[in-house]
Amino acid sequence: MSGCPDPRVPGGPLADRWRRHREAMPLISPQRKAQLRLLVVGTGLAGASAAATLAEQGYRVRVLCFHDSPRRAHSVAAQGGINAARPGAIDGDSVSRLFADTLRGGDFRAREAGCHRLAEISSGIIDQCVAQGVPFAREYGGTLATRSFGGTLVSRTFYARGQTGQQLLYGAYQALMRQVEAGRVELLSRRDVLEIITVDGVARGVVCRDLLSGALEVHTAQAVLLATGGYSNVYFLSTNALKSNASAIWRAHLQGALFANPCFTQIHPTCIPSGDAYQSKLTLMSESLRNDGRVWLPLRPGDDRDPARIPEQERDYFLERLYPSYGNMVPRDLASRRARELCEAGHGVGPGGRSVYLDLRDAIASAGRDVIEARYGNLLEMYERISGADPYTTPLRIYPAPHYTMGGLWVDYQLMSSIPGLFVLGEANFSEHGANRLGASALMQGLADGYFIAPLTVTAWLAGHGTPSVDEAHPACREALSRTAARIDALLQRPGPRPVDAFHRELGAVMIRHCGISRDAKGLRSGLGEVEQLEQRFLTEVRVPGHSEGPNPELEKALRLSDFFGLARLMLRDALVREESCGAHFREEHQTPEGEALRDDANFAHIAAWEHRPGAEPLRHAEPLAFTLLQPSTRNYR
Amino acid sequence: MSSRTLSLKLRIWRQDGPGQPGDFREYQLEAVSADLSLLEALDQLNERLIEAGERPVNFEHDCREGICGSCGFLVNGQAHGPRQATSVCQLYLRQFQSGATLTLEPWRASAFPPVQDLVVDRSALDRLIAAGGYCSVNTGQAVDGNAMLVGAEQARSAFDTATCIGCGACVASCRNASASLFVAAKLAHLGQLPQGQPERARRARALQQRMEEEGFGSCSSNLECEAVCPKQISADWISWMYREGRRTAG
Ligand SMILES: Cc1cc2nc3c(=O)[nH]c(=O)nc-3n(C[C@H](O)[C@H](O)[C@H](O)COP(=O)(O)OP(=O)(O)OC[C@H]3O[C@@H](n4cnc5c(N)ncnc54)[C@H](O)[C@@H]3O)c2cc1C
Ligand code: SF4
Ligand code: FES
Repeated sequence: MSGCPDPRVPGGPLADRWRRHREAMPLISPQRKAQLRLLVVGTGLAGASAAATLAEQGYRVRVLCFHDSPRRAHSVAAQGGINAARPGAIDGDSVSRLFADTLRGGDFRAREAGCHRLAEISSGIIDQCVAQGVPFAREYGGTLATRSFGGTLVSRTFYARGQTGQQLLYGAYQALMRQVEAGRVELLSRRDVLEIITVDGVARGVVCRDLLSGALEVHTAQAVLLATGGYSNVYFLSTNALKSNASAIWRAHLQGALFANPCFTQIHPTCIPSGDAYQSKLTLMSESLRNDGRVWLPLRPGDDRDPARIPEQERDYFLERLYPSYGNMVPRDLASRRARELCEAGHGVGPGGRSVYLDLRDAIASAGRDVIEARYGNLLEMYERISGADPYTTPLRIYPAPHYTMGGLWVDYQLMSSIPGLFVLGEANFSEHGANRLGASALMQGLADGYFIAPLTVTAWLAGHGTPSVDEAHPACREALSRTAARIDALLQRPGPRPVDAFHRELGAVMIRHCGISRDAKGLRSGLGEVEQLEQRFLTEVRVPGHSEGPNPELEKALRLSDFFGLARLMLRDALVREESCGAHFREEHQTPEGEALRDDANFAHIAAWEHRPGAEPLRHAEPLAFTLLQPSTRNYR
Repeated sequence: MSSRTLSLKLRIWRQDGPGQPGDFREYQLEAVSADLSLLEALDQLNERLIEAGERPVNFEHDCREGICGSCGFLVNGQAHGPRQATSVCQLYLRQFQSGATLTLEPWRASAFPPVQDLVVDRSALDRLIAAGGYCSVNTGQAVDGNAMLVGAEQARSAFDTATCIGCGACVASCRNASASLFVAAKLAHLGQLPQGQPERARRARALQQRMEEEGFGSCSSNLECEAVCPKQISADWISWMYREGRRTAG
């Protein structure tokens, strides 16, 4: 363990650090901005909002995304809502409460200053999105409606039915397309970023593959912003869209960017359980359903009666029983762990006893079916479609699934990675969520990064640094290009018989077994060996058909999976070294007598930031966390 | 979930690339689980093709939960298949009888050039949005979101039209390959909200003009678009759009 780069967190009283810092940041003249080129990778909430804002400020922005259209980024799938502390909330909500919930929810493994800034910015995000035409739900009188979410006692979640991410993304996408039309953004879709170019240690560009022609392209700029989303797909079955990947951030890591807290993966408690071996993904049922749905299991193990025929006194509403004050609204890690334990003790229902009931019966009886339908109609319809069962008459069956990755590239307070000039936004970075993300806070973080933080901090960095132009002929570009080409050639020449997905499924099984809802040293060590062996087998047994020209989805998958192997090992290693339980990271060896996470603040009140060292074991750096306003306390939701 | 399995014959349009000849090829699937989605059945077929050294079938997909708008092809001549209000990724095999033949072919519209197999290029829809499908608001200048009151019904109605996922099924099922439902949905989304008023007229003109430039046909009210729209956007909005056009012309 050794020192970490300076996180550049400003000093002074917490409550106005961001304001003072913002006001002191250097600016750049509009004329000069027009000569500076920026590359934004990714058009989810974080990337689209950043690209639109930077273009609006006058930079020349080139945007690359994997999808055929920026509107399809994975952010579109977010269901539940976006948090914000609004002035004048009647339930006593405030910036300092949102700050406290975020820090406490993350189990004191996030930077205090970042959490505070996020809470401060939150309200402005809602205004921005409303102005863009995001049709948030409204009260009858016309004001913005809110609801509550897991891990909080106030109602601060703004939503657009069950499609909040979709509507926020369309707002950002439309702002982006406005800049495209104005000629300030050049949009290059269907591009897979496979390598980062650094010149003298500074990020200067990327190499990507045109997914239609197969051509490799070099794009250079004065600064690079990665907003490529999360990496839960390392588990194969997850709630993430199938194209979500770690390639860009993993390649940046191999080029020197530190990777922070890779093992902090949120397992979401309310997903539709998996069934067939060929199932390709898991679908989330928004946890907002827990506002009205009651979670239960039969008291008697192995009770496989129709749920309607299990009388009240033979049901265990275990979250309400264990956590009387938060009940069904406890944070995600707790709900997930309790569900898994009871299923393992034989109380689980459904195929293999791998699910629990989420029951809307009482809510329908008291509020009426219409009200429930208006609140969750589209979610329930989706459930019906996937499971074939009617959630209005039988309880939904749900089980925890990998969902959100709190880890990601390490960034300082300015959202810059340890590679100067490389900024990382949204789920691709590690910031703010600590060891556990509270519901409805990822959207908030992505948009805060993109609309309000990066546009200022990128400018401040550019203002203070010489910005030489690098072109494609530069040796660093040629080198990155040939590295990528060599990787592709090697994959296409594998002689083996098995498709990529077969290996990805196996990797997922290893990761869920050893680095899932709970972990222990023995499992993590064995996981490291298993991933290594699997990667070796992948290298000799995989078959990637076709060639590098033209569309080749199998090649895309193979490139993605080859990056996941390294990442999987880093996740296992990180989980092994962190000898404590915190948030989503639950080490069996470290728990209280009641089975709750046992943090070790004396030894682990830090961010683990891993450095890649070619040919050697990765090096773990620690960025200590200090708290001023709120002292680390035990999370207590009972 | 059931444990039912079924056998299916898939007739799939195979085409290596734009301008290349294409044809239907037949594949047999035996004992697939009825709990799989049609796309998962294609995954299964693809694994088999790869093992046999053949090029797998290319189809577009991402979220697989009916929200991103990536997926989409014709199933037995119907955009997104036989089930109403469903994108093709949400089409489950339990919907079909064992022994059925499913014919899968790409969207066909001149504004959507073919890419490969079931994949077409729908970027014309992005260019429609670029023409004016937004509120021109710069970051950091927004007023309090509560300063504009929007009635619950009004917000809901705007939301209903804002849910268009840009899949292009409406275009593919229209005999004139018109993008009217897509455009009307965006105009109605923004046109029903106070934020959208200042540019309402300009937006309507710009989008309709761009629609022609991109090679989409005009609407002849055959309502196929509404029937296939996975988000159930009503074709009434197309008439609304025309009224909007007249309003702005005058
Ligand atoms: C089902 C679901 C429901 C959720 N619900 C909520 C919720 O209710 N509230 C909440 O706050 N959060 C929610 N989340 C989390 C939240 O949606 C995400 O964390 C957030 O949207 C991530 O946004 P992003 O901009 O960082 O990345 P993404 O939206 O994932 O965007 C990534 C972008 O990067 C591009 N990209 C990726 N890799 C490459 C590459 N190699 N080359 C080129 N481009 C690339 C993609 O094309 C895409 O444009 C949910 C997540 C899921 C899965
Ligand atoms: S209007 Fe309906 S069918 Fe047309 S693109 Fe939108 S969602 Fe698809
Ligand atoms: S794959 Fe996203 S809508 Fe079908």
